[in-house]
Amino acid sequence: MAVTIDPIHQFELKSLVPLGHIGHQQLAFTQSALYMFAAVGVIALITIVATSSRAVVPGRIQSLAEIFYEFIDDTVHQATGDQGKKFMPLVFSLFMFVLVLNLFGMIPYAFAVTSHLIITFGLAALVISVVVGYGVYKHGTHFFGLFVPSGVPKPLLAILVPIEVISFISRPISLSVRLFANMLAGHIAMKIFAFFVVQLLLAGAWSVLSPLPLFLTIALTALEFLVAALQAYVFATLTAIYLNDALHPGH
Amino acid sequence: MNGDDTKGGGQGAGTPPESDLSARLRRLETQIERKRPSAAPGTSARPRDTSRTPLGQAMTLSTEFVAGVIAGGILGWIADHLLGTKPWGMIVLLLLGCVAGFYNVMRASGFAGRGPSGARPGGSSGTGPGDETGAAPALEREKKGGSGHGGHD
Repeated sequence: MAVTIDPIHQFELKSLVPLGHIGHQQLAFTQSALYMFAAVGVIALITIVATSSRAVVPGRIQSLAEIFYEFIDDTVHQATGDQGKKFMPLVFSLFMFVLVLNLFGMIPYAFAVTSHLIITFGLAALVISVVVGYGVYKHGTHFFGLFVPSGVPKPLLAILVPIEVISFISRPISLSVRLFANMLAGHIAMKIFAFFVVQLLLAGAWSVLSPLPLFLTIALTALEFLVAALQAYVFATLTAIYLNDALHPGH
Repeated sequence: MNGDDTKGGGQGAGTPPESDLSARLRRLETQIERKRPSAAPGTSARPRDTSRTPLGQAMTLSTEFVAGVIAGGILGWIADHLLGTKPWGMIVLLLLGCVAGFYNVMRASGFAGRGPSGARPGGSSGTGPGDETGAAPALEREKKGGSGHGGHD
């Protein structure tokens, strides 16, 4: 059988425009960067162009933009209260960026940018640095009271404070790994199940079984669309919850 | 930030102070609520319930745990490098990372968090994945867990 499976191949970066070297590290404008620019373009199209008419009775694209806006506004408001309003643009940008990139990944032959850990970790690092930066700027050293639980006997603090600190440091990791792992695992699973169809078709009498993985692939694709939207939402929600700690660090 | 500017521009002419804006929004909200049929709250709550699919929950809990362990490991590695305490920083902080991972999982699943009963999936499941805000009952729980842990050692 000449067909071989390579489910990882889809995640390879291809350099489109080489930009030179730093040491031995090659710099290039990759297809990943191209997809990110495309995502920003689509988001700009949805938000700027669609709302430029500012119709009282919104058209199709304007009402799409309004739905996204209200959805995120609602999420941020629920997590952070009235003071969180100023972080709404940040959360909205992150949500739209992740959502559009996730959905781009669902286009056949397209590249899923969010299946690269460094991208998601970059976004999570941005979130956490905003949380720490704003928390320290707003509350000073009082922000670090976040790590000191109240109503706990003194000796226990020696154990609990390190645990709280590690728990805090694990946040950007879990935030980035969750998105990355969901996208990576989903795309690999789809690739493998789709490959089963091909392999069964080539397996002589066994080819009668080939519709089974086909149905599974269809179901997986639907699931992946759900996951793509859900992970963007989870990312936005957790961002809002973490920002809430910067706004109200009291324990 | 380009997106922020355009967002502000799209939101309304000029930028009134936040308190003013939110007061206006609240007034508008109450007006809308009065005119809307009473089914609205139920429908607005529905999209949140879907974020609690078993698969999503499994993914959340596992990453929460793994992230704690990884964070502990990274911290231990850094501590060993900076302080020259070759194996010990890694050992101690990896164990603490494990504990932090369990703590993360307990918080994410609602065993520790906004109280043992309130934060279970049936409640306000929208903010479920991170019930870090109401931490006082969480820490009473954690205290029990911590002392139990100490007793085991």
